[in-house]
Amino acid sequence: MDTVKKNKKPNVFVRLWDSVRNWFVSFGKRFVDGSLGTKLSHFIFGAGNFYHGQIIKGLLYLLLQVGIICFMVFCPEVNGTPYGYKALINLQLGGTEGRTFDPETGEYSNSVSDDKLQLLFGLVTIAVIIIYVLLWLSNIKSSYKADTDQKEGKKPTSFKQDCGALLDNRFHILMLTPTMIASLIFTILPTIFMICIAFTTYNDVDMSSEETTLFYWNGFNNFIYMFSGQNALGKEIAARFLPVFGWTIVWAIFATFTCYFGGILLAILINKKGLHGKKVFRTFFVLTIAVPQFISLLAVRNLFNNVGPINSILMNLGWISEPIAFFGGTSGHPGNEYLAKVMVIIINMWLGIPYTMLMTSGILMNIPTDLYEAARVDGASRSKMFFKITLPYVIFVTTPYLISSFIGNINSFNTIFLLTGGAPEVTGYKAGGTDLLVTWLYKLTIDNGEYNTGAVIGIITFAITATITLITYRRSKAYKEEDTFQ
Amino acid sequence: MSSAILTGQRKFRSQKKSNRIALIADYIVLSLLSLIWIIPILWIFLHAFRVQFNDAGEINGNVVSNFFPTRFGFDNFIDLFTARVNGVDYAFPRWMLNTLIVAVADCILSTFLILSVAYCISKLRFKLRKPFMNLTMIIGLFPGFMSMFAIYFLLKSMGLSGFSPTDDNRWMALLGLIIANSAASGMGYQIAKGFFDVIPNSLVESAKLDGCTNFKIFWKIILPLSKPIIIYTALMSFMGPWMDFIFSQVIIGASNTEYLTVAPGLYNMMFGAYADPSNFTKFAAGCVCVGVPITLLFMFLQRYYVEGVTAGAVKG
Repeated sequence: MDTVKKNKKPNVFVRLWDSVRNWFVSFGKRFVDGSLGTKLSHFIFGAGNFYHGQIIKGLLYLLLQVGIICFMVFCPEVNGTPYGYKALINLQLGGTEGRTFDPETGEYSNSVSDDKLQLLFGLVTIAVIIIYVLLWLSNIKSSYKADTDQKEGKKPTSFKQDCGALLDNRFHILMLTPTMIASLIFTILPTIFMICIAFTTYNDVDMSSEETTLFYWNGFNNFIYMFSGQNALGKEIAARFLPVFGWTIVWAIFATFTCYFGGILLAILINKKGLHGKKVFRTFFVLTIAVPQFISLLAVRNLFNNVGPINSILMNLGWISEPIAFFGGTSGHPGNEYLAKVMVIIINMWLGIPYTMLMTSGILMNIPTDLYEAARVDGASRSKMFFKITLPYVIFVTTPYLISSFIGNINSFNTIFLLTGGAPEVTGYKAGGTDLLVTWLYKLTIDNGEYNTGAVIGIITFAITATITLITYRRSKAYKEEDTFQ
Repeated sequence: MSSAILTGQRKFRSQKKSNRIALIADYIVLSLLSLIWIIPILWIFLHAFRVQFNDAGEINGNVVSNFFPTRFGFDNFIDLFTARVNGVDYAFPRWMLNTLIVAVADCILSTFLILSVAYCISKLRFKLRKPFMNLTMIIGLFPGFMSMFAIYFLLKSMGLSGFSPTDDNRWMALLGLIIANSAASGMGYQIAKGFFDVIPNSLVESAKLDGCTNFKIFWKIILPLSKPIIIYTALMSFMGPWMDFIFSQVIIGASNTEYLTVAPGLYNMMFGAYADPSNFTKFAAGCVCVGVPITLLFMFLQRYYVEGVTAGAVKG
């Protein structure tokens, strides 16, 4: 039954067109079929509810409509920046208006902070308009439902019944609303804001030169600078972009696979039959997961310090004559870039192997033992059993983990920031030898105020991770059959 | 199986012997690895109790070359708790208190949000369920640091200011941190959802046949069965602020020393805004103060953690 349905499914665009058409048809039908109240509620919120005697619900709708219209018309101001229709006009981002030229000092003073408020408030206003439209639709729907209830001879639901429904078949609305509101304000809105920033000229760099400071829409120019480098600033960024991008990918590949296979090997070692003290050994390794990362990483950083124990042991052994700057060193003595890269990967193994070990331990125990028995009877060697049974089984089960840890490593901020801080310094644009895209993004936005360039890098990072996820994750059985798991 | 035994006693014996050698080799390898894994942590722990004097007769707080300290004592802890950092007296106890406040508030808010979202997604079926899951997945793919600046800015424009050292109500930054931390927490529902998925649907359905509302099912049936995941979620969100470094550093600001949380505070003592290399032993003592309780909590939670991560990883 299911497969037949799947085969007959028309393609995406046809389905989309169908659903859009159906939506408009039902919308028209409601207007024509509906009672006077429903027709009126297309213009006045809650009219249909009043018509059916649902006074409280109608009042709530009306209040929301009046509130939003007041918000749009009267434009409340915060810090001198208006919301409402004025915010929509401000969204054009006039550029020059936020900036004044002082002829006496010959300097530009700009009010970038107000400009970015304009963008933010414009986005908030758009969100309010979307909420208005959704309310409008829900108000028509609720009125139409009361119509059909009446036609079928039922009484329209009372306010008390509606509230009761929130605890029963509309329980999800009650439960999800807090999260939806919170994440709309603190996750979705900021993300959209930063995406918008990528298409503007917004940054705090170089207050005196004219072209960089004006705040206006810049189209795809930031992206173009990133790859081709048109002006002086763009050239510097473009010169560093490919090395950082390349290192991010190399890092992600190495960090993922070293930890993955190292963890599997360690798990096999620990879970060996006949080995005593499994728990003790496991505790030692799990300790690195349990200790907060900022502690363990900073501890390692100090351990490899110029005057730290590692360097002094090496010097006492006579292997080196002066301390090695393992993690890049100071600006006076920039260490070797490649040494720092290798060190970061090795320390990451120290951090990451226990994770994989913990995960695969459980999986190893689930491998059917008769597989090994059969192999032993056939005279297979230990290494053959490992490569032909254990490894394929573990890899098969943990592929989703492999993908998610790859993505996690692309965004692995803590390891790099706490270990090296991006050092060693490389001549170029505020990106050191071990900087990943995310740490570069952090440096550009938080330290240097280059918000637009930082946002471009954020979007590129998103593009990489999203591509990987879309290709692998959506194809996986786990995603498609998520429902059937229970 | 039996044919293998019949092939000869001698082969069996030699196999047993080689097995024993392999086992001994395993012990040696594992012991060495454990040593490597434990060294940095042991080192920090030892040096937290180090009392070493320099030539002038003062306590030496720098990183030193010897691995094992020569003398032990509690001086570093006493120093740490009474130290004046960046013009703030008793900075470390303040950071501890700040972190505790944030952690408790976060714990309550996040647990509530996470459990309610996870239950909805797992056990209720509604039109926007799949779109909601897809949305959280897509948002999760953006690097968190990208929107961090925007969140900081948003909090500022909402009047949750107090970010500059001259403001009167700088404690508002802590409130901002609580809001920012717990607001996004609802999106991290996956592990709790995995737990609810395992509770049989028939339980929910039979309760529904008996006339239970969805709220009653959640409150009276599901929650009492979900003690492990409630404990897990609560403790995880309680531990978050103790370990979170970068988010609180940006939201509160390194210069707002009085209202920092422990992680950025300790970082800045050692490497950041008011770094001083002679703070190392104090830093180590601070790490012990924060690290020991967190580590114990994690060890206690390990079972749930593994279950959650494995379920999440294997199911996707």
